[in-house]
Amino acid sequence: MAYSDKVIDHYSNPRNVGTLDKSKKNVGTGLVGAPECGDVMRLQIEVDEATNTITDAKFKTFGCGSAIASSSLATEWLKGKSIDEALAIDNMEIVEELALPPVKIHCSVLAEDAIKSAISDYRVKNGLPALELSHH
Amino acid sequence: MLKLPIYLDNNATTPLDPRVLEAMMPYLTDVFGNAASRNHPFGWAAEEGVDYAREQISKLINCDSKEIIFTSGATESDNLGIKGVFEMYSQKGNHVITTTTEHKAILDTCKHIEKLGGKVTYLPVDEQGLISLTDLEAAMTPETILVTIMYGNNETGTINPIREIAKIAHAHGALFMTDGTQAVGKIPVDVIADGIDIMAFTAHKMYGPKGVGALYVRRKNPRVKVTAQMDGGGHERGMRSGTLNVPGIVGLGKACELARLEMAADAARLSVMRDRLEKELMTMEETYVNGSVEHRLPHVTNISFKYVEGEGLMMGVKDLAVSSGSACTSASLEPSYVLKALGLSDDLAHSSLRFGLSRFTTDEQIDYAIGHVKEAVTKLREMSPLWEMFQEGIDLSKIEWAEH
Repeated sequence: MAYSDKVIDHYSNPRNVGTLDKSKKNVGTGLVGAPECGDVMRLQIEVDEATNTITDAKFKTFGCGSAIASSSLATEWLKGKSIDEALAIDNMEIVEELALPPVKIHCSVLAEDAIKSAISDYRVKNGLPALELSHH
Repeated sequence: MLKLPIYLDNNATTPLDPRVLEAMMPYLTDVFGNAASRNHPFGWAAEEGVDYAREQISKLINCDSKEIIFTSGATESDNLGIKGVFEMYSQKGNHVITTTTEHKAILDTCKHIEKLGGKVTYLPVDEQGLISLTDLEAAMTPETILVTIMYGNNETGTINPIREIAKIAHAHGALFMTDGTQAVGKIPVDVIADGIDIMAFTAHKMYGPKGVGALYVRRKNPRVKVTAQMDGGGHERGMRSGTLNVPGIVGLGKACELARLEMAADAARLSVMRDRLEKELMTMEETYVNGSVEHRLPHVTNISFKYVEGEGLMMGVKDLAVSSGSACTSASLEPSYVLKALGLSDDLAHSSLRFGLSRFTTDEQIDYAIGHVKEAVTKLREMSPLWEMFQEGIDLSKIEWAEH
């Protein structure tokens, strides 16, 4: 399969690979996917509670090049966004930015799920109700 | 200067040996006759080339030159062998025994004869990829007309105990067929000593051209016949009609001659290279060799790298042309059925790479491959949440994954 230049770039030079301290109250962690399906994404956000802004984002992904690129791109986009802005990120924006082919759309869906799951985790940690996560 | 990418997918196909091309060239140009034209020198010259090729081929597998039926390749040979026996021996029985790790050309042909009323037993294999001879013995019935079990596996290189299998088949009055595609020209294959009645093989896995193969069909002790699957001019003793692919056949002949002369030296050299590649890659944690290490083709290794995903790994080893156990073309991944049959979990089957070396593989290429694979696996593991969990001692099987 031919990958787009942007996918290759994110795969070769992934942004924000790493781990945030999940014991911290202002860190939200989302773990989505399953090993049997060939994709597992873990996406973490660190939130400045005063401004409700995401100050840092990290990911680790087990998956194909498109899955790695989708999560890498997501962390780039998350930094500096407010929680509400982050929630508004739609998987189709990732598809467009990375020029993902139809068979790889699920990678972008997983990235969107990972974002929402991380935000939900952050909310729960801070006494807010969990987000209703739509399962694709 | 090392040329990239490096071709290590020689179980898929091998490059054409220049000496084979040289032997073929006259038959692609001046000697263009139809080998079946009996009444002029053009036909005679072509037939002479074909006859010489039969000699070269029969010397490699220790058969009579009349026992070679030319086909378009191993898939056709597999079809002709199974369907041909099924039709020819229908009076005797309708039961065929094979294994779950055969090539699709065998498995799908067996499915086809099931639709025609045949009965097929698919023997399971152990974690080495080997069948149990006790299972085989138990599966034999008076209705069993054919046992078809591959010589060497295309994905793992595992070599089956051919002689023991043949003995069991014969003890029950069944014919023994083997798909010799990966083995012929790579390891000694002797149809007499091995007790093979029918064998499929092809030129392009042993440095010959694509589009030409053969079916060995025993002529005595017992005399075996297969019903033709292609009707026409009655070529190849009536078992396979169609004008002979003379240049291809000449190429197959030359490839067999070279294999006979060079196979032992090639195997010795390639097994040293393969073992070095394997040993180096196995220095990484959570790395597993798939299939039998003891009973294996000398030029093949199949290795799983746990906690990295197959397609991501393929992208990471872009400087190598290798095959992966993962056929990921859609959201639903299909791991290799061969590796699954060995008992591998889906994730290990996905994260496997098959390396197939050739006569033309160099030490320098192997050095590069070792470094390249190690680098890719290390990088992907650093990026893998599963690897991090494994390092922390988390049991991944206990996690409730959100299947999507």
